[in-house]
Amino acid sequence: MIDWVYMAEIALSGLGSAALLAMTGVAFVLIYKATRVVNLAIGETLMLGAYLFFGFTSGMELPVWLAIPLVLLCGGLFGAVIERVMIRPMLGSSALSVFMVTIGLGSILVGAVELIWGLEPHRLVSFISEKPVFLGPAYVSPKTAVAFAVSVAMIAVFLAVFRFWSGSLALRATATDPGAAYSCGISVPKVYSLSWVVACMIATGAGILVGAIGGLSSSMGVFGLTVLSVVIMGGLDSILGVLLAALVVGLVEAYAGALLGGEYKMISTFTLLMAMLLVRPHGLLGSAEIDRL
Amino acid sequence: MTTPTSLSAPVAGASSPAASRRRFWIIVSVLAFVIAPFVVSNYWMYWICLIAINVVSATGLNILSGYTGLASLGQAAFMGVGAYSVALLEQHLGLPFYLNLLLAGLAAALVGLVVGIPSLRVKGLYLAIATIAASIILEFIFANWESVTHGVKGLNVPPAQLFGIVLDQPAKQYWVIVPVAVLMVAMAANLFRTKVGRAFIAIRDRDISAEVLGIPLLRYKLTSFALSSFYAGLAGGLWAYFFRVVTPESFPIVMSIFFLAAVIVGGMGSIAGGILGAVFMTLVPELLRLAFTLLTPWIPDAMSIIPAVRSIVFGVLIIGFLLFEPQGLIEVLPRLRRMLRRPASRS
Repeated sequence: MIDWVYMAEIALSGLGSAALLAMTGVAFVLIYKATRVVNLAIGETLMLGAYLFFGFTSGMELPVWLAIPLVLLCGGLFGAVIERVMIRPMLGSSALSVFMVTIGLGSILVGAVELIWGLEPHRLVSFISEKPVFLGPAYVSPKTAVAFAVSVAMIAVFLAVFRFWSGSLALRATATDPGAAYSCGISVPKVYSLSWVVACMIATGAGILVGAIGGLSSSMGVFGLTVLSVVIMGGLDSILGVLLAALVVGLVEAYAGALLGGEYKMISTFTLLMAMLLVRPHGLLGSAEIDRL
Repeated sequence: MTTPTSLSAPVAGASSPAASRRRFWIIVSVLAFVIAPFVVSNYWMYWICLIAINVVSATGLNILSGYTGLASLGQAAFMGVGAYSVALLEQHLGLPFYLNLLLAGLAAALVGLVVGIPSLRVKGLYLAIATIAASIILEFIFANWESVTHGVKGLNVPPAQLFGIVLDQPAKQYWVIVPVAVLMVAMAANLFRTKVGRAFIAIRDRDISAEVLGIPLLRYKLTSFALSSFYAGLAGGLWAYFFRVVTPESFPIVMSIFFLAAVIVGGMGSIAGGILGAVFMTLVPELLRLAFTLLTPWIPDAMSIIPAVRSIVFGVLIIGFLLFEPQGLIEVLPRLRRMLRRPASRS
C-alpha cells in the first residue's frame, strides 16, 4: 500500500529544491548566453552568498532585512570584479582556458571561506517562521515553501525582464554575435559586466535560501555540480529547458533521497546526466551547434 | 630524478654538439638515478616516488588537455579505478605486479571509453562535465559496493615484489616507480612524432580543419582520452603499491583539479612542462607546511589552516598562469635564465 500523502510530501520538497536549482540554473545560463563562459564557480558563488549572510547576521549581528540586500550587493560587486579582473582579460582565448579559470576561482572561494569561517558546518539564524505549512493533508517545511515562493517569483521577474526590457535585446544580440552587436553600437563590455553582476546576485541570493534549508559548509559548492547537470540536461542556452530539467532533477533527487537514502541523491542526478549525454547530448531544448568554416 | 629533457630534443647527427650534450645529460641522469637511493634520505625518497607517480598522471592529462585541447576533471577518479584494480587483482589473482599495473591502466582506459563515447560526440566542454559526473559516480561505487571495495574501510594492498625483494619502503619502491615513470614519459614524448600524436595536435589547433584533412574526430578524441585514462590508471596502480591502502576518499575531485593545475602551471602542450608542473605542484603543499611551521610561533593554529591556504594557492596559481603566463613555467625558465645572464654579460 503506497502512502500517497507521504509521496506528495516528497514531491513538494522536491519542488522546493527544483525551484532553487532552476534559480541558480538561470544565473548560469545568463552568464553562458552573454559571455559563452561555462562557469563552474557558480556553486561556490552560492556558498559565498550563504556565508556572507551568516557573517552579517551572526558575526555582525545585523538584522535580517538589512543583511539580505547587503549580501545581494556584495554578490553584484563580486560579479563585477570577477568579470573585469578574470573573465574579460581571457576574451579570445579558448573556452577551455576560461573554464579552467572558473575552476581556479571556485578553489579560491572554498579556501577563503574555510580560512575565514573555519571547516566546521554552521547554521544560519532562523529568519523564516517555523510554523508548518499544510497543503491539504500534506506537510511542507516552511523553509522549503519560502524558498519555492522566492525562487518562482525571482524567475518570473527575470523572464519578464528578459522578454520586455529593451536592454535584454542587447543581451540577446550579444549572445548571437558579439562582433555584430558591437558594430551596431551595443556596448558589449557593459552587457558582459551586467550579466555577471545579475547572475552573481541571483546566485548569492539562492545561497541564502540553500543555506537556510541545508545549513552551511565549505562543501556547499557541490550544489553547483547539480546545477551544472541541470543546465546540461536542459540545454546550455535554453532557459525553458533549464526550468524543465530542474523540475525533473528536483523530483528525482527528492524521491531517490527519500526512498533509497541520502547518498543516492547525487548519484541519481549524475546517472541521469550521463544517460542524457548518451541520448540527447544537446539537452532537452538546447540548440545543436552548427560549425561553419 | 632523471630528467627526460633529452627525449624532447630534436634528433641530431651523432657528432653535433647537441647530440653530445644530449648524451652527457643521459649519462648524468642515469648516474643520478643509480646513486640517489644511496645518498638521499628516506624522507626525500618518499617525495621522489610521489612526484614520479604524479608525473605519470599529469603527463596523461597533458596528452588530453595540452595536446588534444580537451579537459578532464576525472583524472583522480581514473587513478582510483587503477588503484582499486591493483588492490583487487592482488587479492584475488596474485599476478606479478607489472601485469597488475598494465591491467590497472587498461581498466581505467576502458572506463574512460565508456565516459568518452557519449560526451565526445559533441563539441565543447561536454567531456569535462561528463568526467565530473563520472568522478561522482565512481566515488559512489568505491564507497557503496561493499562486497567488492569494502566501502569506506577501503582495501589493503600487499607490497609489490621484484626478484623476491619485498618493495615496502620508498627507497625500494623507487626502483620500480621511477623507471616506470620515465618509460611512460618517454612514450608520451615519442607519441607526438607519430601519426596519432600529430592528429591530436591538429584537433587541438582547429578541429574542423583536422576533420577536413581526413582525421576522424571522434576516434582520435576517444583515443586521446583513453590514453590519458590509461596513464591515470597506471599512476593509480603505482599509488596503490606506494601507499598500500586504497579508500574512497583517496581520490577526490580536488585531486583532479590538482592535476589540471599541474599541467597549466608547468606548461600545457609540453612534456617537460607537465613534468615541471607535477614536481612543482607536488612540492607546494610541503613548502606551505614548512613555511607554516616557521609561522607557528606567531599564528597559534597555523597548521590547521594549511588545507584552506592550499586551495587558495592552487586557485591563484591556475588563474595567474592562465592570465599572465599561459605557456606555463616551461616558458618562464628560459626567460629567467636570459634575465640573469644579461647583467653578467654587460659588466
